Amino acid sequence: MAKKTLQKPKAFQDVFTRKSRDQKTTHYCPGCGHGIAHKLIAEAMSDLGLQDRSTIVAPVGCSIFLYYYFDCRSLSVPHGRGPAAMTGISRVRPDTISISYQGDGDLAAIGTSEIIHSANRGENIAVFFINNAIYGMTGGQMAPTTPLEMRTTTSPRGRASETEGFPIAVCELISTLRAPVYVERVSLDTPANILGARRAIRKALQAQADRKGFTLVEILSPCPTQWRVDPTKTGEWIRENMHPIFKPGVYRDVLAETPSRPRPERREMSDGEMYALLGIDENATIRALPTGCEDFHLAYRFAGFGGQGVILLGMLLAQAGMASGYQVTWLPSYGPEMRGGTANSSVVLSTRAIGSPMVAETDVLVAMNGPSLEKFLPTVAPGGCVLYDSDPIETPPAAPDGVHLYPVPARDIAQQAGEARAANVVMLGVYAAIGDLFEEEVLADALRKAFAAKKGAVEANRRALAAGADYARSHFPCPAPDRPGVMVK
Amino acid sequence: MRMRLMRGNEAVVVGALLAHCEAFFGYPITPANEISEGAAKLFPLAGRTFVQAESEVAAINMVFGASSAGARCLTGSSGPGISLKMEGISYLACAELPAVIADICRVGPGLGNIYPSQGDYNQLVKGGGHGEYRVIVLAPNSAQEMCDFTIRAFDLADRYRTPVFVFTDGCVGQMMEPVHLPDLPPKPEPKPWALIPGAETNSNLVTSIFLEASEMESIILKLQAKYADIARDEVLCETYRTEDAEIVLVGFGIVSRVLRSVVEEARSEGLRVGLLRPQTLFPFPTEQIRELSERARSILVVELNNGQMVEDVRLAVAERCPVEFYGKMGGELPAIDDILARLRALMVEA
Repeated sequence: MAKKTLQKPKAFQDVFTRKSRDQKTTHYCPGCGHGIAHKLIAEAMSDLGLQDRSTIVAPVGCSIFLYYYFDCRSLSVPHGRGPAAMTGISRVRPDTISISYQGDGDLAAIGTSEIIHSANRGENIAVFFINNAIYGMTGGQMAPTTPLEMRTTTSPRGRASETEGFPIAVCELISTLRAPVYVERVSLDTPANILGARRAIRKALQAQADRKGFTLVEILSPCPTQWRVDPTKTGEWIRENMHPIFKPGVYRDVLAETPSRPRPERREMSDGEMYALLGIDENATIRALPTGCEDFHLAYRFAGFGGQGVILLGMLLAQAGMASGYQVTWLPSYGPEMRGGTANSSVVLSTRAIGSPMVAETDVLVAMNGPSLEKFLPTVAPGGCVLYDSDPIETPPAAPDGVHLYPVPARDIAQQAGEARAANVVMLGVYAAIGDLFEEEVLADALRKAFAAKKGAVEANRRALAAGADYARSHFPCPAPDRPGVMVK
Repeated sequence: MRMRLMRGNEAVVVGALLAHCEAFFGYPITPANEISEGAAKLFPLAGRTFVQAESEVAAINMVFGASSAGARCLTGSSGPGISLKMEGISYLACAELPAVIADICRVGPGLGNIYPSQGDYNQLVKGGGHGEYRVIVLAPNSAQEMCDFTIRAFDLADRYRTPVFVFTDGCVGQMMEPVHLPDLPPKPEPKPWALIPGAETNSNLVTSIFLEASEMESIILKLQAKYADIARDEVLCETYRTEDAEIVLVGFGIVSRVLRSVVEEARSEGLRVGLLRPQTLFPFPTEQIRELSERARSILVVELNNGQMVEDVRLAVAERCPVEFYGKMGGELPAIDDILARLRALMVEA
C-alpha cells in the first residue's frame, strides 16, 4: 500500500519571511476561518499548478497580511478596491490568475461599487468573499452582513432594520447580473461543508485558468473572537444565525456552456503604423508664408446655433492656417452652453507665437444666426469684418465704426450647391475669396481631412466652397484691397 | 512633416501611446472628456487596454493594479474627480508605483464650473491625499507640451517609481494647436519588482502597510530622499526677457501665455518686464525665482485661483523683494490690459 504523506500545500510559505517577527506563527486568532480558507485556496493553487501565475489581493481587514502565508505575488489594496485593482492586473497581464480575497466590510460596504461593476463587466477574476458578519480587525463593529438583533460595538442595542437595514445577501445580488459565470455560497461550519468549500474554490480557480470570466465564492466563516463565542461552538453559531439569512448553495453556474475567452494578444506596431494611427500624413507639407504676410495677427470668431458647423468651420480655418505656415490656435466654446444654445469657436492666426487663444477682440466674425451676431458684433475691432448669414438675419444691427458687414445668403448658396448643411463651408469660401490668405489646394486639403470619413461629403463641400467664393467675387471686391485677411472700410 | 492639429487633451493620449502606455482607465468629466474619448478610440486599435471605470475611485485603483503588474498606465480627470482619486494616489506614492494622471482643471470648490482654472494647485503640489508624500507635477501650456510632457511624465514616473501629474486647465485641454510628433521613445526597462506571472516573481509584494514604527519611518524617509533628488534634478522652467527686468511676472499654464503677451505690450511701452514660467510645480523653481528676486524691484504672480502658487514664490523670495498677486477666478482668463494697469501701478510704487 502506497504511503500517504500529509503536508502543507506548496503555495504556502514554509517560514513567514514576509513577516518582520514571529515568523513561525500566524496572526489569526484561534478558531478563525481565514486559516481554513487560506489553506483551501493554497491547496487548489498548488494542485492546479497555478501558484506561479497567481496574484492575490491583500484586502483591508484581518486578512490584510495574507501574503505572510501565500507564496505568490500579492497586492495590498485600499479598502474595498480589490476588484478594481484586479481588473487592472488581469487586463494588462491576462496570464495572471487574479484572486480578489475580500471580507464583508470590504466587499459589501465600502467596495460595493467595485464588486458590482467588475462582476457586471465579467472581469476574469476569482473573488473569495469571507462573510463572518462582523468587522474583525477594527474590533467588532457592525458589518453589512451582521444579522438583525446582533449586538456589535456599533449596534450596541442590536442591529435594527429600521435604522441599519437588513443583512446584504451578496450571492443573491451578484447572481442577478448576466456576466458572472459562477456564484456559490459555502459554509465552514462542518468538516463536510469545508470539503464543499474546497470543491467550490477549486472550481472557481479552474474557471480562472480556463479564462471563463467572473466567479465569486462566498464563504460563511467563523470569527469566535468578535462573536464572543467559544471556538468549538462557531459551527452551531453559523448554522443558527447565518444559514437562515445566507442560504448555502449554487446561485449561478454557467461554466459548462461558457466558452473560454481568447487571450488578448499584444500586437506590436511599427513606427509607421503608429504614426498613421495617430493621423499623421507623412506627405503633408507646411508652406512658406506668402509675401506681404510676414507680420500679422488675426483673431476669428465663428458663432451660430449648435449644429450649424461653427466648431468645424473654425477647425477648417485653423487647418488651412497651419498648412499655410501660420501659427494657429483653435478654441471651442464647451460644456452646457453647447447643448441647445449657441456654439462658437475662436481661431487665432499669427506670424508670431500666440499668447492667449481666447479671443477678446475679434478681427473676423462669422455669424450664422441673429443671437450670435448680436452677441459678438460689439467685440469686433475697428478695421474688422463681419460675415453673416443674411437668410435668417434680414436686418442686421448697426455696425460699429470701421467695421465692414458682408451679408451672405449662405444657406441658399449651400442648397444650390447641393449640400444644404454646408452653409458653414460656403462662408469659408466667401472669406477665402475676400481674405485671400490661402491657396486653393490648402483649403481643398482641409476639407479632405475633415470629411474623410463621410462618403461623398468631400465633393459636396468642395462645391459649397467654390460656390461661396463665386458669390464673393460677384458681390464684393476680391481680394480685399488693404490688409490681408480682413476687408477694411 | 509629422505634424497635426490636435486638442491639448488629445495630445495627452497621443503622448501616452508614443510613450508605450499600455492602459487607460478613466471616468467621464468635463473638460477632460477628450482624453477618455481619445483613449477609447485609439488604445484598442494600438493593442492597448481601455476601460471606462464605474467611478474615479475605481479608475485610479485599476491604474494601481495595472501599474503593480508593470504596465505604464494613464488616467485623466478634473478637480472633483481628482479629489476622489486622492486615496489611490496616496497608495501609489507609498507603494512606489509609477502612474501618469492628467488633471484638466476646472473652476471652484464643489461642483464649480467647467471653465479654465488653476484651483487644484494646492491639491496636487502639496500632496492632496493622506500622509507624507509628494507627486511630480508638470505644467504644460500648449498642445505640444501636453504631448511632450506626457511622454516625459511616463519617463519620470518609471525612473522615480512615483505618480506624476500632467496639470493644466480647461483652456489648454480644449484648445487645438499644431503638434509635432516626436520620435518614438525607447521602450521602458523591465520592472523586476512587478507582479508578472512567473516562478521568479512569486515573492514579489506590492504593499503600503508597514506595522513596525521603525520600518514605517524608514519607508517615509526613503520617500523624502527621493523627493529631494527630484527637487534637485527635475526642475524645469522657462524665462522670457528677464535679463534686465525690473518687474518679473510669474505664471504657469495658460496664464503664462497671457503673460507673454503682457511682457510684449509692456516692453513696447518701455516698461522693463520679464516672465518666469514654471514648467514643473513640484519640483518648484525655487532657485531660479530666488535669483531673479535679487535683481527685480518686485514680482507679480498671476494665477487662475485665489493665490496658491504665490505662497511658494514668497518662500523662494524670502522677502528680498515685494511679491504681489493677481488672481482671476470663475472661469475667465486675466485680461492683458488689467495686468498692464497693475504693472504700471507697481512701477510707480516700486
